[in-house]
Amino acid sequence: MFEALRKKETYSRFWKSFKFGFYCMTHPLDGFWDLTHEKRGTYAAANAILILTIFVRIIRLKYTSFMFIQVYWEELNIFLYIAGVLFPLALWVIGNWACTTLFDGKGRLGQVYMGTCYALLPYPVIQIPLMLISNVVTLEEGQFYGVLVVISLVYCGLLIIAAMGQIHEFSAGKNLLFIVVSLVAVLIMIFILMIFFSMIAQGVAYFISLGREVLFRM
Amino acid sequence: MKRRLLAIGLAVVCTLAFAAVPKQTAHAEEQNYSYIYDWWGDVQYCPNPYYVSKTLTYKDFGLDTNFKNPESIYIKGEDLYICDTGNNRILQFRKGRGYDFTLVREIDSVKGTSPSDLSAPADVAVADNGDIFIADRGNQRILKVDKDLNHLLTFVKPVDNTLDPELTYQPSKIVIDSAERVYASAIGINKGLIKYENDGIFSGFIGATPVAYDFGVYLRKKFATKEQLEQMLAFVPTEYSNVYMDEDGFIYAVSDKVQDEDLDAGKGDAVRKLNMLGSDILVRNGEYPVYGDLYWGNAGGIAGASSFVDVTVLDNEVYFCLDKKRCRLFAYDNQGRLVYVFGGNGNMDGFFRQPVSVEHMGKDLLVLDNMDNAVTVFTNTEFGSLVFKAMEDFDKGRYERSQEAWEKVMALDGNYTLAYIGVGRALLRQERYKEAMEYFELKYDDENYSKAFQQYRKEWINDNIGIIIAVLLVLFLVPMGIGKYKKIKWEIATADIFREDLNK
Repeated sequence: MFEALRKKETYSRFWKSFKFGFYCMTHPLDGFWDLTHEKRGTYAAANAILILTIFVRIIRLKYTSFMFIQVYWEELNIFLYIAGVLFPLALWVIGNWACTTLFDGKGRLGQVYMGTCYALLPYPVIQIPLMLISNVVTLEEGQFYGVLVVISLVYCGLLIIAAMGQIHEFSAGKNLLFIVVSLVAVLIMIFILMIFFSMIAQGVAYFISLGREVLFRM
Repeated sequence: MKRRLLAIGLAVVCTLAFAAVPKQTAHAEEQNYSYIYDWWGDVQYCPNPYYVSKTLTYKDFGLDTNFKNPESIYIKGEDLYICDTGNNRILQFRKGRGYDFTLVREIDSVKGTSPSDLSAPADVAVADNGDIFIADRGNQRILKVDKDLNHLLTFVKPVDNTLDPELTYQPSKIVIDSAERVYASAIGINKGLIKYENDGIFSGFIGATPVAYDFGVYLRKKFATKEQLEQMLAFVPTEYSNVYMDEDGFIYAVSDKVQDEDLDAGKGDAVRKLNMLGSDILVRNGEYPVYGDLYWGNAGGIAGASSFVDVTVLDNEVYFCLDKKRCRLFAYDNQGRLVYVFGGNGNMDGFFRQPVSVEHMGKDLLVLDNMDNAVTVFTNTEFGSLVFKAMEDFDKGRYERSQEAWEKVMALDGNYTLAYIGVGRALLRQERYKEAMEYFELKYDDENYSKAFQQYRKEWINDNIGIIIAVLLVLFLVPMGIGKYKKIKWEIATADIFREDLNK
């Protein structure tokens, strides 16, 4: 594994696949088809885009002008904030894969993950300049800020939809249907997880009280 | 040597600890009394802006009988009028040194009209020439008498076909302007203030909530059944609980009848500043609406929005609203920003059980409590007077002095929002933009920050114009040069004379 890190090709391939993300941004249908079918994407680049997205999401809190984002630092939990990206992503990837794989979806779990991560690229691409510009505009000039934030999110959403269609080789209608189905699957998973965790908590509490009881009697 | 050092160190630590302890306890006692809301809407306690310099009961006023349900106090110059409503009299006192009031006279009847005895007088106002206006509520009239109590005019129930003829006219609060026009608020009349011309003729209602056009409401009315229509309120009723005429002739009116939902939705206002036409010109530049407490949750059986029963306006345009519900005084500045809140429900000095009226003498506040039957006199503490001084200096254009005062306020209370914004605004006027920006950013004042930043940016561009142009030139010229160079190179390479196949 470490041997690969010493090779020059590893980096050139990573860089090439990372740059391919920009091609996917501008040519979603063509790009996401090639991403998996032509093996133009790599997990390394997908991870890099995800990490970049999370990183930008954190630093924008600090480096955007306070006129646009005000942070109640006392209440901010950085781990929860990171989980705010990772947890929905994991649910989405699993939910989407689980549903599509039953209905002729050609994508594998890893490919769904890769496609979703590549689709997140507009977020850092729009947010980084936005963050810098926010510091050199006045309140009146900053009217566009909210619009651009929304655009960055909607762009990501559209790319995810396009990516799913290409990876699973679905028609447009079927693709949209399965997007909705995947969202429902995500909700169901959240519900089950909540039940699961409350059950676990009760179970643990039971054994703790049992242990205490035993200790008292000894 | 080492041991000795240790001993000295211990001694120092102990003294510091002892010095620190009593301070903390002293702070804890007063902690809940005065506060502000910061940008986030969190309560930030602040030093007390006012302290109780005196509490006056009927004995302190030199009376034999106690007050009975007094409803209002009024101050004109050095004279204090107390409407002793339950005893059907108005008491006039003159202020001596240190709030020793002496009784001037007891007004319980007027000459030249019948009935001559006052019945439940609820409010009083005095003109500059000494004419006295009395809201004689029990007799359903407002009286104008001269300074010797000879009857001049009677203002009766307005003749208006929108008013219920059965309604008993009960004028409860009055103010007069410099031309002796009377503005009254009466129980059960919710169309705004009743305005009488100086000849005693009713000339209309002013200050009602303007009817806003709402397409949603229009649609609902189109399709609603008759019963539903009856349930829907046609307008937000306006019944002012109290009024105050400030130095410039603007009427500050407060209301405690506004529904919580209307307040929340911005449909009704707890405080209005009315001009001569009756339109609301109150400046609302604060982070939060001018409606008192932000948190309306049930606490100790008290829930809902603050209900203001009286308002008074100092000469520096800071106005104090008296909340009947939680017995607090809310101070707002002329920008509608909360200055501070103090007071509370209780039996101690500086707390009230049922406050009904607030007036001011200079910068001192007098609050009438009609359950305690006492008038509490509040005087500025160092903190309170520094805040006022800073505001007044700023309004008079003495920005550096204002800044000094705000910095002293900051030394007393490092959490005080207005101090930071005040220093920032003073710096902004002194064209020290960079420093001003830092102060505004600390307290999230985006509008002032924006102003300062705009100037700072202009200055920065002016100072660095050479560098900016150089960078821009480099950014444009270098790629252009490279392109040109490549083009020429390409042209030479492909020029006809160098092509061997053509030369042959």
